Amino acid sequence: MIAELGLAALWLAAALAALQLYAGTRALRPGGEAVAALVRPAAVVQGLACAIGFVMLLWLFAITDLSVKLVAANSHSAKPMIFKLAGAWGNHEGSMLLWVAVMALSGALIALIERRLPEKTMLATLAAQAFVGLGFYAFLIVSSNPFERLPQPAAEGLGLNPLLQDIGLAFHPPTLYFGYVGLSVAFSFAVGALLTRQVTPEFARVMRPWVLGAWVFLTLGITAGSYWAYYELGWGGWWFWDPVENASLMPWLAATALLHSASVLAARDALRAWTIMLGVVAFSMSMVGTFLVRSGILTSVHAFAVDPERGSFILVLLTLYIGGALALFALRAGTVTEGQRFSITSREGALVFNNVMLSAVLAIVLFGTLYPLLTEAFDVRVSVGPPYFNPMGAIFVVPMLLVMTVGPLLRWRGDSIGRIQRPLILIAVIMLAALVAALALGEAGVLPLLGLALAVGLAVASFLPLRGRRLTRVPLAVWGMVIAHFGLAVALFGMASESAFSEERLAAIAVGDTARVGPWDVTLSEVLPAAGPNWTAIEGHLLASYAGGDPIALDPQSRSFWAPPQETTESALATRWNGQLYAVVGSDAGAGRWQLRLWWKPFVTFIWYGGMLVALGGALALIGRVIDDLRRRAVRARIAERRAEEAV
Amino acid sequence: MRWWWWIPLLLFAGFLGVAAYQLTQPKDDLVPSAMVGKPLPEFELPPAAEGTSGVSTADLKGGKPRLLNVWASWCLPCIAEAPQLERLKQEGVEIVGIAIRDRPEDVAAFLARHGNPYARIGADDLSQVQLAIGSSGVPETFVIDGEGVIRYQHIGDIRAEHVPLLLEKLREAGK
Repeated sequence: MIAELGLAALWLAAALAALQLYAGTRALRPGGEAVAALVRPAAVVQGLACAIGFVMLLWLFAITDLSVKLVAANSHSAKPMIFKLAGAWGNHEGSMLLWVAVMALSGALIALIERRLPEKTMLATLAAQAFVGLGFYAFLIVSSNPFERLPQPAAEGLGLNPLLQDIGLAFHPPTLYFGYVGLSVAFSFAVGALLTRQVTPEFARVMRPWVLGAWVFLTLGITAGSYWAYYELGWGGWWFWDPVENASLMPWLAATALLHSASVLAARDALRAWTIMLGVVAFSMSMVGTFLVRSGILTSVHAFAVDPERGSFILVLLTLYIGGALALFALRAGTVTEGQRFSITSREGALVFNNVMLSAVLAIVLFGTLYPLLTEAFDVRVSVGPPYFNPMGAIFVVPMLLVMTVGPLLRWRGDSIGRIQRPLILIAVIMLAALVAALALGEAGVLPLLGLALAVGLAVASFLPLRGRRLTRVPLAVWGMVIAHFGLAVALFGMASESAFSEERLAAIAVGDTARVGPWDVTLSEVLPAAGPNWTAIEGHLLASYAGGDPIALDPQSRSFWAPPQETTESALATRWNGQLYAVVGSDAGAGRWQLRLWWKPFVTFIWYGGMLVALGGALALIGRVIDDLRRRAVRARIAERRAEEAV
Repeated sequence: MRWWWWIPLLLFAGFLGVAAYQLTQPKDDLVPSAMVGKPLPEFELPPAAEGTSGVSTADLKGGKPRLLNVWASWCLPCIAEAPQLERLKQEGVEIVGIAIRDRPEDVAAFLARHGNPYARIGADDLSQVQLAIGSSGVPETFVIDGEGVIRYQHIGDIRAEHVPLLLEKLREAGK
């Protein structure tokens, strides 16, 4: 019954989305006033129905109903409850349902509370949302029904991919979907504004919290995913330029650009068409990423259930959404009147520069990700990796970071470099000093050295916007910017340090022997079998001491899962403030020796601390903006009240 | 209306075209070696088990064409292709093996169980030679001519129907 209820809720939501789309578009034309009143209620009920559908799926996973195909294929009665629930979205159908459910709930939320834009723009926005939602509903119902029953209930489930049975990962995909959903809302606003030609600062203010929210979730998702890959895959790397990683990075880059251009539009009424374009591009990137990952046309470590039929379906959705929006953009962008002008040396100028650089990086990542697809059409197989992405990206990232140090110091509209001469000299001196210090520390490549210098310079520069201000009076949004920029500096420092100063040691040692890596002495004290609820493992007991200090116990494992059968490595980490020792135990090397892989990675943790700071900055900015909006709303309500009284 | 507003749509259409084309293509995961037609890289591998001899580039140069078989005791398709290798050996083909990421005792056990068609077997513990000759998996078989040049690559296990093809390729390499 539960599965049928879920499916019914899904159909109901789809029907309501169809109604919302019809009423929303009809209301834009003359004589559509009669149906206009239907749009907002339809969006609210659609959100509820879809949420009920997802709750039903969670319920099926919670009770492990093995008569449902999706549960049988992705769950197992012996799994801990949290992973049973995570199983609901750890697969193609469930994750699509989660995505569309969150999207429908977001639609319900804007239908309920958003009243700042002209009503026609809101109706057009909700219609666009319904259009996007309808495609997803069709996809779920026609080709990826999560509630499909088996003719015969299965005796036992197949389990969840062991690599995914990790608490961090249980929440990594939903985080990214929340980000994608936020971008889909921004997309709908952009389409709505294009349809009614109302691209105003108010539009940017309404769209901005959604972009900020999406950006915070994407930042968290990417940070967590990178850390997961680092400690779970056991390769010691934290970013592989894998197509799936790129699929999450591209929307982030677009969202970062959108965030900044929306700020310009909100504050100065400039960059109108560009902001609309980025709104379309940001959501396009999340759809293109989803397509690349799930159609299986690119090979990746992220083995999603790959299916050409699904691929075709997503491609059709892509064509409708993105093709439609871009065609609309081409037809309408010319009629969106140009916004305010500004000089190059101004806050806007710096933000435009940032936007151009971010877009260039986005283009580079997109091209590198799609390149294998292009050449394969001519029967040439290539794989594009760090030798392309790192230097090509750096060409644009380095100037962007340089401008980022001064941009926040510039005034809106027009400013002169002379005014900010002193902070400029200070930043330049700090960067040079950092460069010299890094050169003295040891040999490293050009990019890591540049990265270290830029990181130190940016870290200091990010706090300069606070100088001369009463800290208690600084708005939250400014704090958000300061912290996010500082976080980026911290992350950059970690990346540069990791690539400049990491040391690696591959050893086959016997119990009682010691291997040395960097300042660490690692002794293998014993190797024992270990067992968990659904795996067995060999566990190496290591004693690691930093520069002759007290030993720390490390227990890396090489695990064998039996449902489904798969081997994974569980790395063990010793974290110090100045870096991490990373240990992986391998198989028996014969003659009583064991394979041991050790890395010393100075300041590597800064990458993820930085990522979290960036997300924190975004969250602070979001809270600040929302509080501002609520205050303005209260003020407007009071004004309206007073006017009403005066009228009486 | 200005023409450049259409550029994003055109780019997107280009992407759609490539993506749609790729979706209709059958997915094949074979990775052909870029080394076909080129001389073998220089290498020297120790014996993979007791009683066998190691393999160096020089061993693959002396006059006649040979088969270079990349395999491993832990690889199931390698068991399936063992009878075909045996037949090729009976046809007078000299087969040189490279065991990938293997242990001496496992190699010995495999040979005892499934026969030993190899003239020599080198141990490639870190897949270095495998990667250098452009092999991306096991089993793979290369036809090497008398000068030590890679002439042909067979990806996957050798089935009965592949034996005449390999003999033909060996004959061509001998010309």
